[in-house]
Parts: sequence; structure tokens; C-alpha cells
Amino acid sequence: MSGDVVLRVNGEDRVLHLDNRVTLLDALREHLRLTGTKKGCDHGQCGACTVLLDGERANSCLLLAVAVAGRAVTTVEGLADGAEPHPLQRAFIAHDGFQCGYCTPGQICSAIGMLAEAAAGLPSAVSADLAGTAAVDLDDEEIRERMSGNLCRCGAYAGIVAAIREVAGG
Amino acid sequence: MRAFRYARATDPGEAAALVAGVPDAVYLGGGTNLVDLMKLGVLRPGLVVDVSGLPYDTVAHRPDGGVLIGGAVRGRRLGLDEGIRSRFPALTRALLSGASAQIRTQATVAGNLLQRTRCPYFQDTGTPCNRRSPGSGCAAIPGVHRDLAVIGTSDACVASHPSDLAVALAAYDAVVEVRRPDGEQRLVPIHELHRLPGDTPWIETVLEPGDLITGVHLPPPAAPSATYRKVRDRWSYAFAVVSVAAVLRVEAGRVGDVRIALGGVAPRPWRLWATERALVGTDPGDDDVRAATRLAFADARPLPGNAFKLDLAADLVAAVLRELR
Repeated sequence: MSGDVVLRVNGEDRVLHLDNRVTLLDALREHLRLTGTKKGCDHGQCGACTVLLDGERANSCLLLAVAVAGRAVTTVEGLADGAEPHPLQRAFIAHDGFQCGYCTPGQICSAIGMLAEAAAGLPSAVSADLAGTAAVDLDDEEIRERMSGNLCRCGAYAGIVAAIREVAGG
Repeated sequence: MRAFRYARATDPGEAAALVAGVPDAVYLGGGTNLVDLMKLGVLRPGLVVDVSGLPYDTVAHRPDGGVLIGGAVRGRRLGLDEGIRSRFPALTRALLSGASAQIRTQATVAGNLLQRTRCPYFQDTGTPCNRRSPGSGCAAIPGVHRDLAVIGTSDACVASHPSDLAVALAAYDAVVEVRRPDGEQRLVPIHELHRLPGDTPWIETVLEPGDLITGVHLPPPAAPSATYRKVRDRWSYAFAVVSVAAVLRVEAGRVGDVRIALGGVAPRPWRLWATERALVGTDPGDDDVRAATRLAFADARPLPGNAFKLDLAADLVAAVLRELR
């Protein structure tokens, strides 16, 4: 019912003895003390727990830690380049992309995953052209649709969209 | 959450062997619904067998125009597939209108089909629910049932199936490929995968213990013109109140071939066979399409809180066919 799990977090292998019931979110927060990743609803509905798994955004509250052993996990703590914040972190500050800040780590990790999806040509539910394979032009409507899995109860959405649009180059 | 054993299957035979004789075993794909239901205490497996690493993670286009989508293919991968996007647009639209991007990176095609109803009483162990707890009663019929089914229901259960993807698969006449525990393949038309509740709502599909969905086969599309439209309470990241997938071929101004499936109205993706028969060969206006849609709801059992779905469905089918013509 428990066992040793090797989690690769922010480029470092961490060996943890975990009950099979432990989610990736709880492993990060309670076992590795990486509390940047936040627990909001704990049911995949709010996006506060979003991390990058092999470069793709995922809700860490819905992943069993034992099931992601060996895969690359990136949390908000792993985004900066030394003392240099990630461009999205800078942009969130510049555009007032938060108020209380609780959803922000999830918003930023989600935005990084989203930009990679758009660069790969993944359409969204509001894309008029499904067949095009070029990188997607991210206007406000596209950004809002693609970020709908991240809720902000302070309502900082206008700043969040502006921050992401700046980094997307729009 | 109940304690459980975890095992990662490296080949299909091993997966079947692991669950053999273990009545409380479950397969784990992306886990986006399963893990949540385990947290809620709705599902209490003693053994979780991870099948996400099995070799069913490709989208294979066949020379005849058909496609085999692996059961372990995740939504993000499916959304990127150029052949699906250009030739099965209703499928891509349905996929991208379901859940959130974070969930779509993990959730698999097989898991999408086998996800459970979002009926609030099914997800709340403090209330009666025949589907979760046989014989305990249905709290939804006298309770909050606005989002639940209007057809295919019974006095025991009015749950709706929540998938968007499955609705498009129904319109494209998909066939579900199942690996039996003995290695034999079983083919199940998408229309027959989910059982109607009757007086045994806890038996949700025709799958038997150890059966594994390995893929979904799409025959060549009946027509290139197709779409998916979803009505919901907010613009994004919400389940359908009513949704429609439609595939339409017009010949000399008349309906040559039409396939219509609805989501949000039934315990499974609901094909409108009677509507299709009524429309073929005609040049229908909106009112004709509405009337034809009502034909398919002759056996509907709407409840006070969701009877509006019949009008909404008729309007939605009319709007979508107008868009496709």
C-alpha cells in the first residue's frame, strides 16, 4: 500500500516513501515542502495546483504521485533562471496579473503549457480554423478560452490576459 | 480514501492477469475522473492497475479513410492530429469543448468513454443513489435534476453521460475495440457500449471484468461537413446542458445523409435515428428540423426541472443543420 517513489522535480531526483494514496500535489507540498503549488478545490476544477509534467500542464491534485514516478515535474519554484524571474513571472507583476496571489503559481505554469500548445498548432474550442497547422495567433478570446481551467476569485483576469498576451508576443 | 495496491502494467496480458479474480480492481488511465471519485469515496478500489503505458497511444490513419484512435491516446495528442482535424471536425470540436486544457493533457480516450456521470447525488456518498449504492433510491428525481437526462432513463436513475467526445463518436458511427482477458478482440458499436439504467443502473456498460478498451475505430466519414455545438451555463469549462454533433451531406439541395447525436440528454450519447430518417430526401426548414427532432423524443421522460431540454435540443439541431447546409 506504500513504497519508494522517485519524483523528478525541477530537475532533481527526490526519493520519497509514499502511501499510494498521496497525490502529486500533496507529495510536493507536504513531503517536499514545495508550497508554491497551491491546493484550491482539490478536485481539478480550479487549476491552482497546475504544474508542468514533461512540459505539459496538468492538475497535480488529480495525479497519483506513484503514477508519475520518473516523469519530469516542473513547479513554480523551478521556473526562474537563478535570480532572474521567468518572463511570465515578470509579466504578471508588470500587468497586475494577481491580487491575493493564491492562483498565480497555477496560472503561470498553465500559461507556460498553453504557450507551448499554441506554438505546436493545437487549436482551441474558439479557433475558427481547425485544419491549420501553423502556430496559433493568441488573441484575447483564444487566451481566455485556453486558460479557462484556471480560476481567479479576485477577478484579476484582465491583468492575467494582458500578461500572457505580452509574452505570447501579441 | 481507501488504501489500495498499485501496479503498472507493461503489456496487455499482464494487465489482464493483474486484475483477474480481483473484484475490486480498476484500470487507471489519465485518472482525471477516477482519482477524484476515489477521493470522494464514491469508488473504493483495492487494486489500481495503471494501463496508461500500454502501447495503445497512437492515431493510425488507414488507406480507406478510416482511423484507429488508441485507447490510451490523451486529449492533447488527439487535438493535434492533422487528419482528424481536417476530416473529422466534429470530433475535434467536441474534444476541445470538453473539460480544461490541464485535464485534456492527461485524460485518455478510453477513460473519456468510461467516465462516470456528474449527477451530484452520485458524487455525494451522503445521499441515496441507485447507481452508486444499489437499492438506496434516487435523490435526483425529487431533487435537483436540471442537468440530468430526459430520455433513456428509468424510475431508478436519471443520470446523464457527461462526455462530449462520445457524442461526436456516436455521430461518426465509431466502433469500440475491446481486449478480452483471454486476448480475444471484441468490437462494440459506440451506441451499444453504455447500458440504459433500467432497474440495474449500477451496471453502466456492456464491458465484463478484465475487458480493456484498446481503441476506437472511426469508419471513413459519411460527409466532410460536420460540427459540434455545446450549450452550457458558462462559456468554457462546463458540462453540456445539451450538445449536438452532426454530420451532413447535401445532394441537389436535399439531405443525402445525416447523422445526429446529442449529449446531455441521456445516459449515453443519444443518436437521433428517427430524426435522421425523417430528414433524408427532404429540403427542411428550421421548423421541419424541430419537428423531426421531436420525433426522436417520443419516448422522453422529462422531469419538471429539465423538460426545457426538449425545446432546447430541437432548436439546437435546427441551428446546427442550418450552419452545415
